Amino acid sequence: MSVSSARVRYNKRVLLFCLGYVVTLIGGVSYFRNHPGAHGVTAYAAAVAPALLVIGVFFAVGRYLVEEQDEYVRMLMVRQTLIATAFALSLATLWGFLNAFDLAPHIDSYYIVVVWFAGLGIGQCVNTLLAGRSA
Amino acid sequence: MNNSLRALRAERGWSQQDLAERLEVSRQSVNAIETGRYDPSLPLAFKIAELFDLAIEQVFISPSREA
Repeated sequence: MSVSSARVRYNKRVLLFCLGYVVTLIGGVSYFRNHPGAHGVTAYAAAVAPALLVIGVFFAVGRYLVEEQDEYVRMLMVRQTLIATAFALSLATLWGFLNAFDLAPHIDSYYIVVVWFAGLGIGQCVNTLLAGRSA
Repeated sequence: MNNSLRALRAERGWSQQDLAERLEVSRQSVNAIETGRYDPSLPLAFKIAELFDLAIEQVFISPSREA
């Protein structure tokens, strides 16, 4: 199956942002390990850098939706991201209420991104199932 | 939406990939349209009809006119 140039650019962007995320996360963890209780501009930069790289992945998804010329393939990606978003927001809402009533432990909010990426996988499965149903 | 894309393509001896290349879309798009799983936008529907030198209603069957 041929891959569109928009998809190639998307894959490259996601790969770059993921590599950047790993580098900044390792750098951030190392910085705070060596500077316990650090504050100030450097500390904020070290803390925010991995988040910005994750946000970069969302940017890559947005750019892909703008650049993809194949309307059917674009629709598949829209459905996939909608499923991921619904899944992540639903789980976050459920967990938030469970946590509020002391029925579930506190979880750092950045884990919602991990759930969203898992939701992308679910969205891909839904797309595959729907494509196979009437093919 | 039902359509006669598969028959029109077969008349010309084109594979789905051949048609996809002529329409500048993916093969999976052609497959989705042929099987009625995806209704193309108006610009793409026009492009398909023009490729076969037909009117849109000769390629795509209006849901309100289906038996």
